[in-house]
Amino acid sequence: MNLKRFFSRSASAPAARERLQVLLAHERASSGDSDLLKTLRDEIMAVIAKHMQVDGDKVSVKMERGASVSTLAVDIEVPFDGGKKAA
Amino acid sequence: MGKVIVVTSGKGGVGKTTSSAALGAALAQNGDKVVVVDFDVGLRNLDLVMGAERRVVYDLVNVIQGEAKLAQALIRDKRLETLYLLPASQTRDKDNLTPEGVEKVITALRKAFDWVICDSPAGIERGATLAMRHADVAIVVTNPEVSSVRDSDRIIGLLDSKTMKAEQGERMEKHLLLTRFDPARAERGDMLKVEDVLEILSIPLLGIIPESMDVLRASNVGAPVTIADNKSAPALAYFNAARRLKGETVPLTTPGEKRGFFGKIFGRKAA
Repeated sequence: MNLKRFFSRSASAPAARERLQVLLAHERASSGDSDLLKTLRDEIMAVIAKHMQVDGDKVSVKMERGASVSTLAVDIEVPFDGGKKAA
Repeated sequence: MGKVIVVTSGKGGVGKTTSSAALGAALAQNGDKVVVVDFDVGLRNLDLVMGAERRVVYDLVNVIQGEAKLAQALIRDKRLETLYLLPASQTRDKDNLTPEGVEKVITALRKAFDWVICDSPAGIERGATLAMRHADVAIVVTNPEVSSVRDSDRIIGLLDSKTMKAEQGERMEKHLLLTRFDPARAERGDMLKVEDVLEILSIPLLGIIPESMDVLRASNVGAPVTIADNKSAPALAYFNAARRLKGETVPLTTPGEKRGFFGKIFGRKAA
């Protein structure tokens, strides 16, 4: 029970340390709005909006910031009649 | 000419006001002339922590708006005659703090005191940026906890870009004051270690203040901890930090709190 939990619990400080190091590396690099991922996300969305009507709820943008590699995944549901934008 | 110090952190509740009062009182006990200035307009608390809440007549905003002379607004400490407080306004809006007004007040204080300690409000808005604006030295108060470390990193960025020193191309002197540190929890691996925080923020360490009941007890009675109980662990840590501020070399010791029999058994995780 409690005693078992106490002894099996692993230290949490190393996790805090690692999370902070990754986060701050990104925040320091992105001061002054020069965040590459954010720019990419905004421009990609703008290009897509030019060619089709984008329903905000049907778009999912996910960013995963890692220590050395970050990924940006844009997932858009394209409706059948969405190919043409109403002129 | 005195030195202007800003005590800042970004995050609230980490111990800026406690540290401003404790360091101010520690420096004043050496006979230095010290003024502690509360920049938290609307949410002042330095007066309460220093036990002067019933003696506030005029405040920083009154001085800036020309409704009172600086000398009228300064409150002398009843216990230390070289320690003064300049309270913040409780009722006015923080927009009443103007950059020109703050500059005038700081310039005047710098001439009259050895140390001008600016107690910054939390956040990164007007009050916080004006508190750091004219500083020669910054003390970044940080708790060994993720959100506090992140906010400190942000504040360090502002210190290096939005202050007079930074704008004149000079380097802002920054020191880390690690507060509410619990050596037993750090040793157990449940709290960031001193070295972790130092490595992440990479600014020199001014002191480590242990988590202690004495700090709360001091604020309860309205005295800086360096006056209320000058033999307590946090008071000794603040005295050492004050000596380092003056340029003395004082060896850093991680405050080890005495642990009883029970603490010895359960305070440490079995290896």
